[in-house]
Amino acid sequence: MTDSETGAPVGRRVVLGMLGAGALTVAAAPHLQSVVDAVVGGAADKDPTGLTGLLPGSGGFRFYSVAASVPHRSAADYRLSVDGLVDRPATYTLARLRALPRTRVVRDVQCVTGWRVPDTPFEGVRLSHLLDAAGVRPGAKAVRLTCFDGTYTESLTLDQARRPDVLVALRMRDKDIGHAHGGPVRLYVAPMYFYKSAKWLSGITVTDRVRPGYWEERGYDVDAWVGRSNGRDDAPTS
Amino acid sequence: MTSTPGSAAPTGETMHPPADTATPLPARVRRFTRSERWVHRATATLMGVCVVTAACLYLPRLAELVGRRELVVTVHEWAGLLLPAPFLLGLASRAFRRDLRRLNRFAPYDKVWLRAVVRRRPGRPAGKFNAGQKLWAAWLAGAVLVMLGTGLLMWFTHLAPVAWRTGSTFVHDWLALALGVVIAGHVGMAVGDPEARRGMRTGFVRRDWAEREHGEWLDAP
Repeated sequence: MTDSETGAPVGRRVVLGMLGAGALTVAAAPHLQSVVDAVVGGAADKDPTGLTGLLPGSGGFRFYSVAASVPHRSAADYRLSVDGLVDRPATYTLARLRALPRTRVVRDVQCVTGWRVPDTPFEGVRLSHLLDAAGVRPGAKAVRLTCFDGTYTESLTLDQARRPDVLVALRMRDKDIGHAHGGPVRLYVAPMYFYKSAKWLSGITVTDRVRPGYWEERGYDVDAWVGRSNGRDDAPTS
Repeated sequence: MTSTPGSAAPTGETMHPPADTATPLPARVRRFTRSERWVHRATATLMGVCVVTAACLYLPRLAELVGRRELVVTVHEWAGLLLPAPFLLGLASRAFRRDLRRLNRFAPYDKVWLRAVVRRRPGRPAGKFNAGQKLWAAWLAGAVLVMLGTGLLMWFTHLAPVAWRTGSTFVHDWLALALGVVIAGHVGMAVGDPEARRGMRTGFVRRDWAEREHGEWLDAP
């Protein structure tokens, strides 16, 4: 034996200690998380640098996009089409959407990956209003939602789509929805996990059956009720 | 002690005065074998992929720039899963196993080294690896295993109850932050010590560097 090949096996103890600490922290995470959220949230209120926004669980939204790049749409070139099994297909400009009766809903936003943003106001036109205006034909069962990122799709049954807390949202946190949050127009499905609230909404097609959306073809639940799907038990949001 | 900068060839030893040593010592000493350097390079590459993809998933600005979430997630998952592979393959190397034993064991001079660092004093004796390098290696090994375990729980969601999965997300997020800081420290130390980098790149280091930084290593029989 030469050099330091004898002596206390501190390395092994550190490895085992890390494993123990990791397992304990996983078990204690529910308690630790609320403590950490309180501390980080408190620090974020007094943080001019915005660095606390980078810390885990600091209560913000996280940006998810499945597309390589997403084009920008403004009031000049944004269009929302309503078609499929309807009597009166329509295309809405941003100005026309803004002129329709608005609904404001304030609920928690819950992502299926775990983060939750409390009391987030969304404001927009009820999806049911657009469906009624188009005149849904008998035999229709569902709506398919498409997005101008060219990739993302979502789906709702007609019953789900007609809920009063399902909006074609124009405003979020009392501001026009910016591009990063899916603006100028996104879907907002208050009672479901946030992947149902498709960003960059550009098409509403009434269909005769549910056609699973982007993430649903990749294993997520089609009926994405918060707390009752995807194997999660979060508190319901609506 | 004669310094022989840049002269890698053992023939440079003829410059030593005859009285210095009975038999002239080579100017450079072997620090790492080819397989050890390969383990380090492969691990560093996989860790780099993990860090970059993690940043693209986690930092809003980068996530907006890159998009392609499914692809980035897949690359991140596989790079993470493969992270222990170079280590496991390296176990076939006798030199690697021997260095693992060195990293594991703390000698009395390691305590002296740590105390000197804490008190910001000179006089820091070390074997082939100093106490800081030993702690870094062990902490990193443990951290990688924890990241692997929590990552698998997040990946294969049916493996465990929901509470485990949210707990895993919490640990994975915070430990990732700690890893980012510690890895930046590791890279920073390497940037500040060209001879240590040369040892990892070529396998050889200057004898005077080894005597200065790792005196107990060369003194060992």
